[in-house]
Amino acid sequence: MSSPRPSTFLANAVRSGARSALDVLDEHLAVIAAGDDQVNAFNLVTTEQARHQAIAVDRTVTAGEDPGPLAGVPVALKDNLCTRGVPTTCSSRILEGWCPPYDATVVARLRRAGAVMVGKTNMDEFAMGSSTETSAFGPTRNPHDTSRVPGGSSGGSAAAVAAGFAPLALGSDTGGSIRQPAALCGVVGMKPTYGTVSRYGLVAFASSLDQVGPLATTVADAALLFDVIGGHDPCDSTSLNRPAPRVVSVLDDGVAGLTIGVLSEFLDGADPDVVARTRQAAEACAAAGARVEEVSVPEVALGLSAYYLIAPGEASSNLARYDGVRYGLRVDAEDNVAMNTATRSAGFGAEVKRRIMLGTYVLSAGYMDAYYNQALRVRTKIIEGFAAAYQRCEVLLGPTAPTPAFPLGAKTGDPLTMYLSDVCTIPSNLAGHPAISVPYGAGEDGLPVGVQVLGPALSEGTILKVAAVVEATAPPLARPVLDGGGRP
Amino acid sequence: MVLGLEVHCELKTATKLFCGCPNMFGDQPNTNVCPVCLGLPGSLPVINQKAVELAMAIGTALSCEIRPSTFHRKNYFYPDQAKDYQISQYDEPINANGHLDLPDGTRVGIERAHMEEDTGKTTHAGASGRIHGADYSLVDYNRSGVPLVEIVSAPDMRSAAQARVYVTELRAVLVAAGASDGKMEEGSLRVDANVSVRRSPDEPLGTRCEIKNLNSVRSLGRAVEYEADRQVVLLESGEGVVQQTRHWDEDAGRTVTLRSKEDAYDYRYFLEPDLVPLVPDAEWIRAVADTMGPMPSVRRARLVELLRDAGAVTEAQADQVATVVDLGLDDLVVAAVAGGVGSGLALARTANEAATDAASARRLDPEPYVALLTMEGNGTLTATQAKSVLAELLASGGGDPAAIAAAKGFEALSGDSLVASVAGVVAAHPDEWSRYCDGDDNDRKKLSGFFIGKVMHATEGKADGKAVAAELGRLLG
Amino acid sequence: MAGPERLTREEVAHVADLARLQLTDEELELFTGQLAEVLDHAADVASLDLADVVPTAHAMAVTNVLRADEVRPGVDRDEVLGQAPSVEDHRFRVPRILGESP
Repeated sequence: MSSPRPSTFLANAVRSGARSALDVLDEHLAVIAAGDDQVNAFNLVTTEQARHQAIAVDRTVTAGEDPGPLAGVPVALKDNLCTRGVPTTCSSRILEGWCPPYDATVVARLRRAGAVMVGKTNMDEFAMGSSTETSAFGPTRNPHDTSRVPGGSSGGSAAAVAAGFAPLALGSDTGGSIRQPAALCGVVGMKPTYGTVSRYGLVAFASSLDQVGPLATTVADAALLFDVIGGHDPCDSTSLNRPAPRVVSVLDDGVAGLTIGVLSEFLDGADPDVVARTRQAAEACAAAGARVEEVSVPEVALGLSAYYLIAPGEASSNLARYDGVRYGLRVDAEDNVAMNTATRSAGFGAEVKRRIMLGTYVLSAGYMDAYYNQALRVRTKIIEGFAAAYQRCEVLLGPTAPTPAFPLGAKTGDPLTMYLSDVCTIPSNLAGHPAISVPYGAGEDGLPVGVQVLGPALSEGTILKVAAVVEATAPPLARPVLDGGGRP
Repeated sequence: MVLGLEVHCELKTATKLFCGCPNMFGDQPNTNVCPVCLGLPGSLPVINQKAVELAMAIGTALSCEIRPSTFHRKNYFYPDQAKDYQISQYDEPINANGHLDLPDGTRVGIERAHMEEDTGKTTHAGASGRIHGADYSLVDYNRSGVPLVEIVSAPDMRSAAQARVYVTELRAVLVAAGASDGKMEEGSLRVDANVSVRRSPDEPLGTRCEIKNLNSVRSLGRAVEYEADRQVVLLESGEGVVQQTRHWDEDAGRTVTLRSKEDAYDYRYFLEPDLVPLVPDAEWIRAVADTMGPMPSVRRARLVELLRDAGAVTEAQADQVATVVDLGLDDLVVAAVAGGVGSGLALARTANEAATDAASARRLDPEPYVALLTMEGNGTLTATQAKSVLAELLASGGGDPAAIAAAKGFEALSGDSLVASVAGVVAAHPDEWSRYCDGDDNDRKKLSGFFIGKVMHATEGKADGKAVAAELGRLLG
Repeated sequence: MAGPERLTREEVAHVADLARLQLTDEELELFTGQLAEVLDHAADVASLDLADVVPTAHAMAVTNVLRADEVRPGVDRDEVLGQAPSVEDHRFRVPRILGESP
């Protein structure tokens, strides 16, 4: 049994003329209208632009031309992806209302594939957070339980897919920001190998860690979206000189003959429900023909500390440009320095300020070597640790997040507590490796649990194969029911 | 005084360092911009290959080691800095450990010549147009992202004169390497000077001050001299020199400091995560070097060689050599000598006459030039006549010197006519002739000029001055 | 090698200044505590003996990524200036600049 392909199904219906793109769009807009006031997944629903795009797709079909592999499929975009003429706020006051004069490369590729952009999704401010609670425009709520967080920072994108607002979404992942909300919302989320998807037009948080990636309801759909957006981009110097991927074709290969390592460090400290589901997934893989063993990569334990030195360091520099001079918020003052300071102080939220200061400190004279450069050495150790593990197995398996969705406000009092949410996801970002979160039923409390498949660089095909098997054996997860209505 | 210079050279590329915007001076504000050079959210830099090659050319021209290099972010807030950080090179620059030999033979060490991006331009709205006392400022990002190479010399210079020579020679080298258009008045080359003083070379280096953004060789000389004097006064009064950055005020004729803090700014340099390292291989370096013509020093030496074959080289001739090379006219001299023209004559005509319209001279075909100088050399034309024909050649962009001479009615005087003319003039001025015969060298020089003038007048300029002098000498002897 | 000492209020204030952020006294107090805690945890990194380990700045080892020196379309000036907080004479206007570039 292969991974379901609802987006392909939809696109085929549109391409054959069986359904119109406009009709598909209107259906989804209705679901959004009925449910988003409870979820707050969107900063902006781009109704007008979406209608124009849908109409254009339908025209292409009528003209007998190929509208692309995602023809008419609604896609939600995290609000840190530049969309020309459409506000891109990063859920920050400092960019409120700012309209980029250009499209991100991934956005342009989606357009060419015939996708219909249905809206910009809410996120933690400048992608700094694990719960979408640092958004300047209010938190997004988990569709499975609206008193709880959807995870972050791509909480809006994950919630949008979970609630049926759009079958596909793009997010960004710097320390787990696609995978962790995917796990908490019960959807699929993948962070690709660093360099396989262009960052041009992704508003930078931590440049050596950021990657754009897909969120979807199924593994096959995530693979399809990855195939569409991936591939070399001459506008991004860190983009690998490789052609667009074709991972959809290997999805159904199965896991027979593969060795899968269950990562013990990730199991330590995880909730019992999460551990139970992870072990269940591992057993299912064994039953499907894989060799499963327990593996230890002790170096990953240093990941959190190294990440909270490297990411803020780069972020402090990336966010310097928000100074009120060229775009965004300006708070006037007598002189330029005062204007910069007043603007940034009013425009940034507390978490962003914290990380900017931490980063500035870590990079400053006298501390650089003890902190930042040292963290870069830890990164080397983590890469070596993974490399040793991958001598013995093709992929690793573990939980995506140590806990399921927590209540809104539960972890906002202490930054450190929040940072711990990323303990299983951070190491992949540091190593530049791909990883995918697959929903694996729910815990005792009915909240979704996600299982993570990790692989070495450029092993998307392999981790997706394993993910497809995990998905096939996953216990059912109840669809979220919002008071206003259900999914289409 | 002890001097080191940092010269920022704008590279002569079609586009900026990290984006495809035109690298153009003087366009309407903010018309050559894009997400990258405006530092818009989400933008990313991609390195211009030509800029790297020109940086390598500079490295070759300055005898540097061309190395694998990386880029770093230099973080500071300023409105002309679009990202509020500059992408530059820090501890792994593309070029290091080179030198520049000045015409007088002094060798100035080049510590490094690294790549970095330029900033936008601010204009200040207020009474003086200067930053001090301005009400507000306006920023144009056309220049933001233009590729620069910053050339840092060792503190090897010891006088303002040397500094001026260094900048002049460096400019010539950068132009010869194809890296710069040399237009200091457009800001293609900007100079910062590091100045310190000490009583004698045995003492350790004194505290230095940096004088920023000197835009002409003349300002450089004046500023450096002023600053050295200022420091000497401070030291002699017991006050001491404070390390700081100063600004040259052209109108007031002094350096001033605008910065209140003396602490070195914390730029928090870290490796640029959006770029990957540059690793030029030997083949690429060689390919770039092969596209470069000879450097000014080599071209000057070539001319000096030619002169030496004919005898000792005078100081005046050395100046002529420098002029000719600086104007790019040395190939004409070389062609003339190859064609049999005397090196002294070839040099003199080029440095003195052809140089007056250097642009046309550079476009001139060597053939007619050589033919003309040959006619002058063998006496077919006098010096005056030759100069006249040359002016015509330059104005018309070419032509046949013989035809031009004929059209102007030039023919040199035949030998017999010359003898007759000289004899005639001598006979007409017996007193002067007596004084010439009996006088000393000085008298003879003066009177020779007198007789030559008279003969020229009598022959309507057709006589050749040297031939007249020779005839006078013959009569005397 | 001993790790760096605990973060002080003065250092946080200095860093806020460098980052062009103005903090209230309350924020200064709160942030100093929070940042110190994060750095305490980071101390487990700072205190490791990794002298022989080469720092990894880039996970993927790529070099020489270049582009041709050809003009590419930029952005429409009006579209960009239309987004600017303050414009005069087709330039970005800023309040008086008190000092020179550092």
